[in-house]
Amino acid sequence: MKLIIDIKNIIKTYHVGEIDVHALRDVDLKVEPGEFVAIMGASGSGKSTLMNLIGCLDQPTSGEYILDGKPIKALSKNDYANIRNQKIGFVFQGFNLLPRTSALENVELPLLYDRKRRIADPKKAAMEALERVGLVDRMDHEPNQLSGGQKQRVAIARALVNKPSILLADEPTGNLDSRTSVEVMAVFQDLNNQGITVLLVTHEHDLSKYAKRIIELEDGRVRKDSLVHGRLIASAITHPKEEKIDVAA
Amino acid sequence: MWQLKNLMKLAFKGIMKNQMRSLLTSLGIIIGVSAVIVMVGVGSGSQKSIEMQINALGTNMIMVMPGTSQMGGVSRGAGSYNTMTMDDVDALRERATLLSHASAVVIAAGQIIGNGNNWNTTIQGVDPEYLSIRDWDIVSGEFFTDREVHSRKKVAVLGKTVVGELFGNLDPVGEKIQIRNTPFTVIGVLKEKGQDARGSDQDDVILAPSTTVLYRLKGGNNINMIQASAVSREQIDVAQDELSAILREVHDINPGEEDDFQVRNQVEITEMVSSTSRIMTLLLGAVAAVSLVVGGIGIMNIMLVSVTERTREIGIRLSVGARGNDILSQFLLESMVLSLSGGIVGILLASAVALVLNSWTGIPTVIEPGIVLLSFTFAGFVGIFFGFYPARKAAALNPIDALRYE
Repeated sequence: MKLIIDIKNIIKTYHVGEIDVHALRDVDLKVEPGEFVAIMGASGSGKSTLMNLIGCLDQPTSGEYILDGKPIKALSKNDYANIRNQKIGFVFQGFNLLPRTSALENVELPLLYDRKRRIADPKKAAMEALERVGLVDRMDHEPNQLSGGQKQRVAIARALVNKPSILLADEPTGNLDSRTSVEVMAVFQDLNNQGITVLLVTHEHDLSKYAKRIIELEDGRVRKDSLVHGRLIASAITHPKEEKIDVAA
Repeated sequence: MWQLKNLMKLAFKGIMKNQMRSLLTSLGIIIGVSAVIVMVGVGSGSQKSIEMQINALGTNMIMVMPGTSQMGGVSRGAGSYNTMTMDDVDALRERATLLSHASAVVIAAGQIIGNGNNWNTTIQGVDPEYLSIRDWDIVSGEFFTDREVHSRKKVAVLGKTVVGELFGNLDPVGEKIQIRNTPFTVIGVLKEKGQDARGSDQDDVILAPSTTVLYRLKGGNNINMIQASAVSREQIDVAQDELSAILREVHDINPGEEDDFQVRNQVEITEMVSSTSRIMTLLLGAVAAVSLVVGGIGIMNIMLVSVTERTREIGIRLSVGARGNDILSQFLLESMVLSLSGGIVGILLASAVALVLNSWTGIPTVIEPGIVLLSFTFAGFVGIFFGFYPARKAAALNPIDALRYE
């Protein structure tokens, strides 16, 4: 079976002054295309570190990482930038949208740095991505004119626009209320159904039930790797159309 | 190309998002560039007008004045130093090959009465060639000829100022005037010449035949000056050497002895005056250039603040795949756009200031294309130089740290 993420014996140690902080001690992780994996753990368990490594924002101290069949090792900074640009889509807790920039332009941002120019019409691609998260009618709005849920959906559209292999979401609902969180989960599930691999970092047990598989980290090690029983379907719980009522002022 | 277009768009957007701050940042460059252009413009403008005034003195003029030299540290005394006579002028006319004209100049001053008014002015005794030497002209009547000079005739040609003082708007040609109680007939009026380089009125003068002034008004044998024209500007130095040689011979000066006269030519005077004003221009330009550098430091300051303020934005860009170079070019381009647009506005401002100076204050200001180009290029260079450090700082940010920056 072809793996999209193949991590073997990954170790990550930070040096903070004289003290070594062992964020990850020997982690193995295999993810197949089309999976929806929730990475769980208390704060300090190493889940964000793992996410940064998978997303090529950071490099491991030792270990092997094969992304989409390509070993990620001893690459230049520019190569890492290219991988982030073409293989990975990030969704952050704090949305991380550019302020005073329209939703459309925020979504176009990754295409700006696509040196291969795989997508001929950036604007069209950005509009398609916004359509997938149901926000095409808000494309001219700036982040401060959008609600939290809408902001996160713009961020998801931005993560999708370059047609990445994996969508990485680091506590994507941390700043949202529970109802909006479910809406965001609905978007993830929808995208996952369309074939996108989703990795979701969360510390909320409730949210992990929207995934297909749960990996629990503890002190930098994988404690438990299990499939979800009784998976929740977000679209059955909420009706995204209602959200139009709570447009932020 | 696509990349560059996008980067330009980004830079403009970055600037437009902080319009007030961008304007204030550019202000340093705007003032710097316009200061350089205007300062140099004023400097070279006054240099040009001084040169024009000197050129208006005459054509390829060589002036000979009595010497004030000393012998072995002992002054030769007042009576002996002016040895110039009419014979010198005649000798020059006969023997000099590189002079086209030569004229004696005899200066007397005194009270003039005419048309019931009186006025005090300078009476210059000259020869007919004088008009050509001074590049001067007659507006009405005529100038005297060699015949009047030979017969020491009491005729006078008046300058515009003298005409105004004595006759007002009337035509003075044919009228009688009294110069120091000697009656003269006015035969012509000189064209207006304006002020000379020192600011004195060149039209406040009466010209009369040299012999008339020397023998009838002044007395003695010594003339005050010889003015001559070289055949061409290129040969003015050679002509001056030839003139000196002839005068030394006429005055019986042995080799090794000093001249008993002084010679100056127009090119020398022009160069002397313009070299001082060129130094002034340079100095003004240098002071203004300092303000341009200060403007550049302002840009660096703002760009550093901007990098810190936009750390999170940089983190976002890095996380979606921007390379260090992309970030570097973005910030570098932003500072360049700031400084170059400041440069353009500065050029426009300088043109406006020059226009105002020229038309309202009479300070001659010349906008030199070379200086415009130079200061604009310098502004661009300032943008790159002072933008590079902040831009590199931004590009070197670690994506994780930048994203976490609050």
